[in-house]
Amino acid sequence: MHEVAATPVSGVHRSFPGDPRSPAEVFDEAFAAPGVPRETYGTVVGFLADLGDAELDVRANDVRRILREHGVTCARPHGPRSDEDQPWELDLLPLVLSAAEWTAIEAGLLQRAGLFNRLLSDLYGRQRLIRDGLIPAPLVQANPAYLRACQAVRVPFDQRLQFYAADLGRSPDGRWWVLADLTQAPGGLGFALENRSVLSRVLPEALAAAQPRPLTTVLRAHRTALERLAPPSDRPPAIALLTPGPEDEAYFEHAYLARLQGYTLVEGGDLTVRGRRVLLKTLEGLRGLDVLLRQVDDELCDPLELKPDSPTGVPGLVEAARAGHIALANALGTGLLEGPAFLAFLPGLCRHVLGEELRLPSVATWWCGQARERRHVLDHLHDVALRPAFVPVTGTGSESDAGAVHAGQIESVEATPHAWVGQERVTLSHLPVRTPTGWASRPVVLRVFVVFDGQEYRVMPGGLARVVDAPRLSTVRLPLAVGTKDVWVLSDSAAWDSPVTVAPSRAGQPPASSDLPSRTADALFWLGRYAERLEQLVRLLRSLVHQLAGDPSGAGRRRLASLAGFLRQLGVLPDAPGAVGSADSLGRDVFQVLYQRERPAGVRDLLDRIHRTAFAARDRLSADTWRLLNGLETDARPGAGPLPLVRAGVVLNRLVLGLAALSGMENENMTRGHGWRFFSLGRRTERALAVARQLETLLRFGAPFELLLDPLLEIADSTLTYRQQYAFEPALAGVLQLLLREPGNPRSLAFQLAAIATHSHALPAAANPAGLRHVQEKAVALSGQLPSLRPACSAEWHDAQASDPQLPDHLAAIGRALAEFSDLLTRLFFSHVGPRTD
Amino acid sequence: MKAQRFHVSHTTTYRYRSTVAVGHHLLRLTPRRLPRQLRLEHAIELDPPPADTSRHFDYFGNEVQFVTLEGAHRQLRVTARSEVAVGPAYLPDPAETPAWEAVAQACISDHSLATLEAAEFRFGSPLVAIDPAFARYAAPCFPPGRPLLAAVLDLTAQIHRDFQFDTQATTIATPPARVLELRRGVCQDFAHVEIACLRALGLPARYVSGYLETVPPPGQAKLLGADASHAWIACFCPGLGWVDVDPTNNLLPSLQHITLGWGRDYADVVPIHGVLAGGGEHTLEVAVDVVCRGPVETEPGL
Repeated sequence: MHEVAATPVSGVHRSFPGDPRSPAEVFDEAFAAPGVPRETYGTVVGFLADLGDAELDVRANDVRRILREHGVTCARPHGPRSDEDQPWELDLLPLVLSAAEWTAIEAGLLQRAGLFNRLLSDLYGRQRLIRDGLIPAPLVQANPAYLRACQAVRVPFDQRLQFYAADLGRSPDGRWWVLADLTQAPGGLGFALENRSVLSRVLPEALAAAQPRPLTTVLRAHRTALERLAPPSDRPPAIALLTPGPEDEAYFEHAYLARLQGYTLVEGGDLTVRGRRVLLKTLEGLRGLDVLLRQVDDELCDPLELKPDSPTGVPGLVEAARAGHIALANALGTGLLEGPAFLAFLPGLCRHVLGEELRLPSVATWWCGQARERRHVLDHLHDVALRPAFVPVTGTGSESDAGAVHAGQIESVEATPHAWVGQERVTLSHLPVRTPTGWASRPVVLRVFVVFDGQEYRVMPGGLARVVDAPRLSTVRLPLAVGTKDVWVLSDSAAWDSPVTVAPSRAGQPPASSDLPSRTADALFWLGRYAERLEQLVRLLRSLVHQLAGDPSGAGRRRLASLAGFLRQLGVLPDAPGAVGSADSLGRDVFQVLYQRERPAGVRDLLDRIHRTAFAARDRLSADTWRLLNGLETDARPGAGPLPLVRAGVVLNRLVLGLAALSGMENENMTRGHGWRFFSLGRRTERALAVARQLETLLRFGAPFELLLDPLLEIADSTLTYRQQYAFEPALAGVLQLLLREPGNPRSLAFQLAAIATHSHALPAAANPAGLRHVQEKAVALSGQLPSLRPACSAEWHDAQASDPQLPDHLAAIGRALAEFSDLLTRLFFSHVGPRTD
Repeated sequence: MKAQRFHVSHTTTYRYRSTVAVGHHLLRLTPRRLPRQLRLEHAIELDPPPADTSRHFDYFGNEVQFVTLEGAHRQLRVTARSEVAVGPAYLPDPAETPAWEAVAQACISDHSLATLEAAEFRFGSPLVAIDPAFARYAAPCFPPGRPLLAAVLDLTAQIHRDFQFDTQATTIATPPARVLELRRGVCQDFAHVEIACLRALGLPARYVSGYLETVPPPGQAKLLGADASHAWIACFCPGLGWVDVDPTNNLLPSLQHITLGWGRDYADVVPIHGVLAGGGEHTLEVAVDVVCRGPVETEPGL
């Protein structure tokens, strides 16, 4: 036990201001009595109380900032986003468990995991437990989670359950109960690791004092255990993590775990079954996969043999598993045990299968398929929640409110009694949570994680605690939780965790995941394009804002009108037929493009696109890159109060800098792999398009040119270069030379086209050599299309006649060729036609 | 009665609007081997030929062929040719079967392997949900104590009487509850309706997929469901096993029904189920030919 006195130290009342108190009938996790922290909480409560409110605010803000920078979210990135989004809440006060308490929980979970694996082996095998009457047949036969296609499909080592999680709640008497078992693809592990990593940065002193057990030890065995599952092969096992995709609320942690463990992050569309083997579509062709850590629900894994029309799955996956060519963790069909009906039979099954008493009780459950139990449930609908027997409680299963059970439900129970259970309503324990108005006491659910290490199950000493709103809900889905907490398991000795014995890897050190799924390359290409598109837009807007704020004289007005007309021609500003518009109306236009989410190709729209594509490739982006991208979101916020033009200028300047940092990251921090190449190709293609378009527009509509040349150089960040090369005021010839042909100017069209040609010669060929040659020829042809200019003969040489009258058409043709190049690239590397069921 | 020998040819042609790059299909086109059904010859041909093919038995014991088509194609033709010999069914005396409530009760309390397996077919399934409306529709045929098969035959006659064969009224997606309202449909709908009735009463019922000989014997009426796949049901009598019943034609199948396989409902025995990469919309053409080759010398089964 930790040597912290349970009684207040030196007479000081070491509690939280306001004395957050649980209702009398519930168990209070943190306080044994008002103002008296439990022994386990002494250190951390004392520490937080001593910090004081002001410092707590600072630390809470730190938590929010780090979470935002890391982009931690359990929300869907494609839904409507708002500036007030608080993607993930982590409270400063952890849930703390003593070593003794934990030992009991741990033993209970290990027993449960072992029992569940035995049950799954039997139920997907000979089903003796049904024949012997220990499991009523309807629990399996009437259970939609029972996958008949997976019956008798063999599984390596008969080990179906590799990962398991349980939701626990503590009743008023202080006992922990299992509220739900998660046996197919439990989520939350990545969030738990992230919570710990954030708290260890924000409350390092508290962690140093309390010394909670480290979380990651268990994960070391994670990869090795998966490798063991791979079918025999002469190459190192290839492991991928299958995610439903960026639409999924847990996508953050899928990407997080993939990056942490070195698995390739894949979606169903990245995989194809050929010759009963699962292959990954990479840029370099199809690559065999051996083990799939799937974070996709059972029935959504294969639209051919399981639920039709499930877009997240892989057609033929069940057949590949049947053939023994792919190992799945967890095996398909393990969701069978998630329905609450099994809870009613676990004590008997535990005695029969393991010869032991069930160590960790489940929430009291009555299965209505039994006459006596059904009677009990129907007679006690005020105290018992009526629930579908086969719908996981963690899912969207509806729960009847006390007294609100309607006649239809009763009829349904009578018609299909086997499909219903009654469950005791659980009163959860409470724990203080810091809210904007101070500390408050809230119910808490604890999720704990069990991993098979290749030889035995291991429990991660910690977990994810979720603070919930409804005290009587027995468990909640992640997004319904109003906040989360880290979970500290205290150690009863100074000794470190005994090291996990890791079975030696079959093929030595596993290689880091290098296969780049085509879909990810596609996302990176578009990330490059959108980032550049935003940069161009922001630079154009900034030039206008500078002009608006500048010289109000006649010359200034003429420059402003010219620039505004130019931006309208480019489509950056909304069309205003006739008049150029007053400075006021131009200002309004700028605000609209800058702040309105609804404006297509506006700043907000592009930021959303950047976010989406970055999200889809986030396992490939470094933490710093991610931080930068999230910073852009913050930079683009208008801030409080009215929106004077000067604020728009500040916002635009911040965005220019943030985007410049992103380019720097691309150039200095990204490994020169295919991912970087596609990102860079996207940027170069977009920039070439922008330069061609801007110069075309200038030549067609920009006369008299001299008013636009300065802004154009500023937009292209080439003002200094121009001054160094040409000793005179901007002239059309010089500007064209610099922006079109100057090979050393990283903003010139020549530079972009050369880079595109270079990149296209380094693209992987394996997938389609003929197609690649086509792309390369196209890139080279593009360079050849670069218009030649007549030599500038004098400083005054700047009128339209002097330049080639064909030049605008020439530039338009280059724009079309660039668009074709982008399409060609997309078709060659990224074309994924979604599966369809007939 | 002598066993009859049949030749069945079942051709399905898909024409896709756009090119299919990869297609995976599960084929349930292989007639099941049964005590009274011999499979003499059988072959499935695909055009274009598959890159990969494998066979397994599904959960219900039906033979399934898994095929993968690689390489661009705009059309797929699947031809299954089978030569089978079908012996006469044993038709029990309905009055001798146990009371229907006793069968329902046995499904709950009897843990013998045969009953356990049969009891699985009394629960809701992907296409046939448990719905008290069907219990009400079937109630007149199931007075207390009535022998199971007598009641089932009565129900079969009632469905045959109440429902009109109409190929336009329903699609594969029409739920049985809607068919019950429409009182129209095809063999698949009638099978689902009768299954729903039996299950709503707690009785096991399974869906049988197969073919029907359509040339009428002299002096007898032509049976409906000509030149297509056919579907009927089977009900479970403890001690007797499964008894086939055809609600579309109001009879007990014997020498004119060729069994492909069975499951809980149509979803378990779809003849061709595929998932394609590409393809867009498609048209489908099915041609079934059942030719009776006359009695066979070696009597299968019984």
